Amino acid sequence: MSLTTSANRLSPPAAILRHAVLLVAGALILVPFVWMVSLSIKPPGEIFRASFSFWPAQFYGVENYTKALTQAPLPRYMGNGLIVCALILALQVLVCAPCAYALAKLRFPGRDLLFGMVLIGLLLPHQVLSLPLFILGYQLGILNTYAALVFPYVVSPFGIFLFRQFFKTVPDDLVHAARLDGLSEIAIVWKIMVPMALPAVIAFSIFSVVSHWNDLFWPLIAVRDQSLMPPPLGIMAFKNEEAGNDYGPLMAASTLVVLPLVIAFLAAQKWFVEGITGGAVKQ
Amino acid sequence: MASVSIDSIRKNYGPTSVLRGVSLSIADGEFLTLLGPSGCGKSTLLRILAGLEVQDAGSVSIGERAVDGLRPKRRDVAMVFQSYALYPHMTVASNMTLPLRMRRLSAFQRLPLLGRLLPGTARIAAEIDVEVTRTAKSLGIGHLLARKPGQLSGGQRQRVAVGRAMVRHPAVFLMDEPLSNLDAKLRVQMRAEIKELHQRLGVTFVYVTHDQAEAMTLSDCVAVMLDGELLQVAPPQDIYADPDDRRVAEFIGSPKINMLDGVVRERDLIDVAGSTLTIEADALAGAHLTLGIRPEAFHLVDHGGQGALTGSVRMIEHMGSDLFVHLDLAGVDHPLIARLLAERAPHIAPGQTLHVGVRPDRVLLFARNGRRLRREVETGRASVRPIREIAR
Repeated sequence: MSLTTSANRLSPPAAILRHAVLLVAGALILVPFVWMVSLSIKPPGEIFRASFSFWPAQFYGVENYTKALTQAPLPRYMGNGLIVCALILALQVLVCAPCAYALAKLRFPGRDLLFGMVLIGLLLPHQVLSLPLFILGYQLGILNTYAALVFPYVVSPFGIFLFRQFFKTVPDDLVHAARLDGLSEIAIVWKIMVPMALPAVIAFSIFSVVSHWNDLFWPLIAVRDQSLMPPPLGIMAFKNEEAGNDYGPLMAASTLVVLPLVIAFLAAQKWFVEGITGGAVKQ
Repeated sequence: MASVSIDSIRKNYGPTSVLRGVSLSIADGEFLTLLGPSGCGKSTLLRILAGLEVQDAGSVSIGERAVDGLRPKRRDVAMVFQSYALYPHMTVASNMTLPLRMRRLSAFQRLPLLGRLLPGTARIAAEIDVEVTRTAKSLGIGHLLARKPGQLSGGQRQRVAVGRAMVRHPAVFLMDEPLSNLDAKLRVQMRAEIKELHQRLGVTFVYVTHDQAEAMTLSDCVAVMLDGELLQVAPPQDIYADPDDRRVAEFIGSPKINMLDGVVRERDLIDVAGSTLTIEADALAGAHLTLGIRPEAFHLVDHGGQGALTGSVRMIEHMGSDLFVHLDLAGVDHPLIARLLAERAPHIAPGQTLHVGVRPDRVLLFARNGRRLRREVETGRASVRPIREIAR
């Protein structure tokens, strides 16, 4: 232990340089957030002041946040986001886990070809498919419903890939034992594989929820009804119509929208890191 | 309980042929060991028996019933794996109840919350718990039921794996090198426990190992496998004392059997390593044979000459009651190992010339193709062909 730490320890100038780089990079990512939070508690007059200070001279948070919650149906947007994200995640796990199990543990002709297609799916940006998906949604008659927000994401190549890598590390003997114990292949997926891959499932959940909570592009195409809008789209509507140039409530709304994600990430941080790196090295 | 019969099983992985027509029948309640070096196909055979792999040709029957098309769970077999294969996210109790729940509860009764409300579920679950607790107690793991496999030692995991197989009361127990992950002391202890378990349950056991000590101590019958073929199936004492094939003789026994090339001089005289032994070979003069002599078949004699081998001592290994003496013989490139009683051979030193006598009835004769040459008088087996033909 002491041997490895001393071997990894850098000379003081290198350590200072490394920390400086890390601090700058961290600051670049954090500053917009800090600014957003700062603006959300300032009165309109202070927002456009030339000098910058984090704390407002006059605390205006209560007014801004009240406005954010009352002027536009923000709780409704967040409720929509919750419904859509939960549906997407549940369906994704439901589809991805059996697919990944088949690709990782079953032998059948064409398996490698199928896995190759999953990898290709991983490379395609979602925007490329938006027009065909829009037409498909139109044909199915589900545009401007929750289903329209959910259906393009149900099959996630990333989820299949991540689960497959994790399932590969589960020893074959365990699958054999389960078959002898009388479990069907589907039961093996849900009773053995998914519980063992829990870190990967949680990591995937965070990726999925974050990206769909924050997604603006597809909801912009798929829904027009304000009562169906997820948070980012809602904020846009908010800015254009009601708030105008009133940045205080806008920033307060943005803070409120980001808050659940931050809380969820902090709660699941340990699992998250384990799930991302867990598949790389077999314990 | 059931007998098992395996009929000309073949299995290929791509171009490599792993099993080349293996046939074997195992009696009801018998403890049969598949013994062979790694990669000889013994584990593959066991997996085919369990239904985890599908053979390319041949058939398997368990208790008079052909099971070839049946899924593993329908074959009524239980398996203990080398890696134990316990479910790491479940407690010991859940690991052991799972096979019973899968068999006795319907799919609806197994549903997480709803299942408990269905009629009968609670009663069956309680019965299962009672059985699992009883089995766990009989294996000495009753106090571990609430733990997870990660919190157990190797020996405890081994017992849980055996327990999970036992609760189901299978017709056949399959064990795939179950002791190889344990340390030497624990292995000897678990060996005795497995033997006891077999006697208590009286079920058919098929046990795979590469460890000859396990095979010899546990089995009613040993099947020696090499390169995907069964060389001999016989009780342990016969495998040791009466091998059918040179490869079997060489695989079994530690130290290894001594193999010496000899030439038949007359009807019962064989020239070997600069000496002549009186062994009835019933082969033509001039025939080349290989003599297999176990280390313990030697004894010290005072003089060389006919019936004795002479060599110089290269090395001595003291084993307590015995000595392993390595002798260099004239014209033989590898040393001969003789096991001598320590008290009868107190003054042996390296470099010394030593004469050892051989008991003629302990010499095994092999033809050049490795097949055993039996003297007709010795066995009286009908299958023995005239040695004259083979040895030529």
